[in-house]
Amino acid sequence: MSNRVALFTIVSREVLRFMRIWLQTLLPPVVVTALYFIIFGNLIGPRIGSMDGFDYSQFIMPGLVMMAVITNSYSNVVSSFYSAKFHRSIEEMLISPMPGYLILLGYTLGGVLRGLVVGVLVMAVALLFTELRVEHVWITVIIVVLTATLFSIGGFINALFAKSFDDISIVPTFVLAPLTYLGGVFYSIDMLSPFWRQISLANPILYMVNGFRYGVLGVSDIGIGVAIGLIVAMVLIAFGVALALLERGVGIRS
Amino acid sequence: MTERALSIEGLRKTYSNGFQALDGIYLDVERGDFVALLGPNGAGKSTTIGIICSLITKSSGNVKVFGMDIERQRSPVRRCIGLVPQEFNFNIFEPVEEIVLNQAGYYGIPRREARRRTAAVLQQMGLWEKRRGSARELSGGMKRRLMIARALIHKPQLLILDEPTAGVDLEIRRSMWEFLRETNRSGVTIILTTHYLEEAESLCDRVAIIDRGRIVEHGPVSDLIGKLDVETFVLNTRAPLRRAPALGDYPVRLLDSRTLEVEISRRHSINVLFERLSVQGIQVLSMRNKANRLEELFLRLVDRGGR
Repeated sequence: MSNRVALFTIVSREVLRFMRIWLQTLLPPVVVTALYFIIFGNLIGPRIGSMDGFDYSQFIMPGLVMMAVITNSYSNVVSSFYSAKFHRSIEEMLISPMPGYLILLGYTLGGVLRGLVVGVLVMAVALLFTELRVEHVWITVIIVVLTATLFSIGGFINALFAKSFDDISIVPTFVLAPLTYLGGVFYSIDMLSPFWRQISLANPILYMVNGFRYGVLGVSDIGIGVAIGLIVAMVLIAFGVALALLERGVGIRS
Repeated sequence: MTERALSIEGLRKTYSNGFQALDGIYLDVERGDFVALLGPNGAGKSTTIGIICSLITKSSGNVKVFGMDIERQRSPVRRCIGLVPQEFNFNIFEPVEEIVLNQAGYYGIPRREARRRTAAVLQQMGLWEKRRGSARELSGGMKRRLMIARALIHKPQLLILDEPTAGVDLEIRRSMWEFLRETNRSGVTIILTTHYLEEAESLCDRVAIIDRGRIVEHGPVSDLIGKLDVETFVLNTRAPLRRAPALGDYPVRLLDSRTLEVEISRRHSINVLFERLSVQGIQVLSMRNKANRLEELFLRLVDRGGR
């Protein structure tokens, strides 16, 4: 009972935080996605033609949603947890009887919820530019929740190690953004030469984008079983690593 | 339960940069005690508190709270402790009420009960009118009271306050003293660090003096003051003096033309001092201790190390 209350406290606090600052958290991905659809979908898209049997707007839609989910779930946790370290309000939780896994779970759920809210908003924007018919609802939901979970935990690990606000922007800028853009958001890897195709297969975001594309459009460059299996494995490993770091007090206890 | 509120044995802490903050702390605090932990800056007070409250990892030694090991019985130990840290450690952008409510949530207190308790502690701390505003709008004294309210929300049996009255004006300090006395009378064990020795003497029944990571003195305030061999008094004279009078074995200094500083040891008497001053025609208008007696003891103890 008391663990449930503690978990609810962290999650509700996290949700309240990103809702309170919606101009910084919810609006930007909506604006950016609208711009992508206007430029790539409506202006450039007709010249590209169809891809995997879909018009270009429809093809890029799942990737754009996943891009927003990945970025927002990650940045929610990394900025919130690092701010708590910076303000030292993290001590409120560290002195409490809450076990470490509950703190990790609370922040992760907060990140997942922001990722889902942004994902829904971006999808709503997409509907203004293209038709949408979800082929496999449950696969879509599973892939988006797993992806948001993975990147929320990633944000948590980043925040544990971060010593300054600069440290929380390095990974999103120099790791997440390139991997996302090269993860098949705007193209099918079938277009690539065999060499670059093999290189692309090492990019984990490719599996998430394609898994989500399979859920929505019913097409994918990757087998859906492989995609889900890989994301689940990564979630479990990331959770284990984050929990071990938290229990050892890395970045939070001297 | 008859266990001590706190029992520390051989506590050592060396930070990753090699600095040894604690060099074998031994300290027992009985249930219901009101203890002052005194020491100069860098003596190890905050490190000791940090370890008790799980914010700092010890290098070696044992710490028990109400008989429970702080590492093996983390959850029940943490339920017993309330901490008011030295520096503000809340999100200044959060509303006052939310800060306290969330703290209750971290301790697993259901929302309805948490709301009831939050209202009670905020009223007790005079923050009820400010509950909807963000914490950054509070004055320094109010922020300290907010941290006390937050520390009390789960009704701890051991309350630890690290410099709770630093930077607080005299009126608020006095009201906080009264509140702490009342809290202690209700059965809560209190450990307090402070730089105001007058505060320690007025509030606490026991004092532990920590220096260079070790407890150099520990006991009832009256016993410690009794150990003071020498007290320094400041005397104001009616007529101006050109030089310090010769007072035999009483060390004396002329601070200014009408102020004398005299050291009186336990084997001397004040009566004899006044006789010698009278003989030389020096009339004393007033007399006071140069420092608070506990402060004098503290300075002599920590000075022994050649600081």
